Amino acid sequence: MRVPVQLGVGAALTAVFALAALVSFVWTPHDVTQIAVSQKLQAPGGGYLFGTDHLGRDVLSLLMAGARTSIAVALVAVGIGAGIGVPLGLLAAAGRGRLLDEVVMRGNDLIFAFPSLVIAILITAVLGPSAINAIIAIGIFNIPVFARVARGGALSIWPRDFIMAARAAGKGAARISAEHILPNIANLLIVQATIQFSLGILAEAALSYIGLGAQPPVPSWGRMLAEAQTYFYADPRLAVLPGLAIVLTVLGLNLMGDGLRDMLDPRLRRDAL
Amino acid sequence: MLRFVASRLLSLVLSLVAASIAIFLVIEVIPGDPVSYMMGMGASPEAAAALRAELGLGGGIVERYLGWASGMVRGDFGISYTYRVPVAELVAQRLWVSVPLTLYALALSTFVALPVGILAASRRGRPADWAVIGATQIGIAVPNFWFAMLLVVAFAILVPLFPAGGFPGWEGGLWPGLRALTLPAIALALPQASILARVMRSALIETLSQDYIRTARAKGLSEGQAVRRHGVRNALIPVLTIVGLQFSFLLAGAVIIENVFYLPGLGRLIFQGITQRDLIVVESVVMLLVFSVILVTFAVDLAYALADPRLRRRA
Repeated sequence: MRVPVQLGVGAALTAVFALAALVSFVWTPHDVTQIAVSQKLQAPGGGYLFGTDHLGRDVLSLLMAGARTSIAVALVAVGIGAGIGVPLGLLAAAGRGRLLDEVVMRGNDLIFAFPSLVIAILITAVLGPSAINAIIAIGIFNIPVFARVARGGALSIWPRDFIMAARAAGKGAARISAEHILPNIANLLIVQATIQFSLGILAEAALSYIGLGAQPPVPSWGRMLAEAQTYFYADPRLAVLPGLAIVLTVLGLNLMGDGLRDMLDPRLRRDAL
Repeated sequence: MLRFVASRLLSLVLSLVAASIAIFLVIEVIPGDPVSYMMGMGASPEAAAALRAELGLGGGIVERYLGWASGMVRGDFGISYTYRVPVAELVAQRLWVSVPLTLYALALSTFVALPVGILAASRRGRPADWAVIGATQIGIAVPNFWFAMLLVVAFAILVPLFPAGGFPGWEGGLWPGLRALTLPAIALALPQASILARVMRSALIETLSQDYIRTARAKGLSEGQAVRRHGVRNALIPVLTIVGLQFSFLLAGAVIIENVFYLPGLGRLIFQGITQRDLIVVESVVMLLVFSVILVTFAVDLAYALADPRLRRRA
């Protein structure tokens, strides 16, 4: 199996940020909670690779810890979406054309009709702004996406001969879904998970930017951008670096998703979308 | 066709009812009592009860829902807790910012994305195509609020062509208003334009592999003519779906962008409503947004059925 170039590039980019996030658990160049106003707005160099922010915190350390927040929020949100959406989709496919299927799919359509960002804002407003509530808000909108992909994939597997064989062997719909359908749609789900992961990172950044995501002192790229806005003209570095971090992470995940799709399922190769 | 319209119309109404119940319930959960918020701690119980009744906060939950929903149907959205003016009035003012902004962004996105997508598809695999793929890949990854910040620095501060924020209103003429909306519209349009260009490209590539394109070429059309007359037209169907869907994305995305540029639109209204616990405003504006999404989806479905009889059977 040939590994597509974009998969390599995407995986490398993603790995850099995932590694930065992991390392930040045990080590950052400086303490991100330590405020040293005397050191504020230092230019890069002199012990601070990317300089310091308006409170004298090390920008590199903030970026590393911010990667942790972004990745954790998006990852758990994907987990919620897949954990609830995939079983729902499998269930709907198993009960194809019956009431259950109809209810699940109409419910999905309904969630799709809500402008996700607005509802995420509403949810974080109801529950109070925090990283956990941002996860819930983003996770809810992942549910119908995974349900739809799982249902679509499952519907194309159900008529196959080996499913017939499994039924003849006396397996029930739930067991067939778990043992035979799920492994066969795993490709689709992995690709979708990568896409939702990157959308989750963008959504988290947006929520933090307007103050409804992770709260201080938890570092986050979105809030770094919001704080940098005042200093943008004086010191563009503070706004450029977190923005670049978001762009590169999202780009890496998207390239990885495209590459994975090409590699796992050449039939779906359509170069774009 | 009539049956199709009737069944779509039924599902439209059901969706609206379900959506309104969902929004109402979410708002009910929000902690904090607007009456005590408005009157302060020292209010007499009688005055509080009177205000509660005036704002339609009395009665059971079903009663309140029915009061709100029937009001919405009549165009009576209730009275804002904080502004003490009808919500419909507030919304109407804000629509004069949000709708032009959304349409401006949609127009920018469509007018840039379609030619770019067509160019990429007709130069498939060549440098122009790769440039488009790379640029759109980046365009999708850029957070629109960050792009907005960069635009402000570039075109409002370094080269002061456009205002950095605020909205002068339409009273001063078309140009000042459009000028104030230009940077927000560009920021809003970038990710959508990238998606649209990719959809246009892949739809056109798909269409160009069809037999009728070969037939068109065989009967003597040049490649450009075949692409324009037969390719693009047939590829437009998936593209139009995306344009329809983007309307709602743009309207919602405006919530963030309006905050970056301090534009007095629906997005800022929702945002302020949430921070000021002005729930009737939040409730009504969210419902309005959902309503417009459902309505646009309905219109797109209907337009398809008119254009393509095969789709009518889907109902």
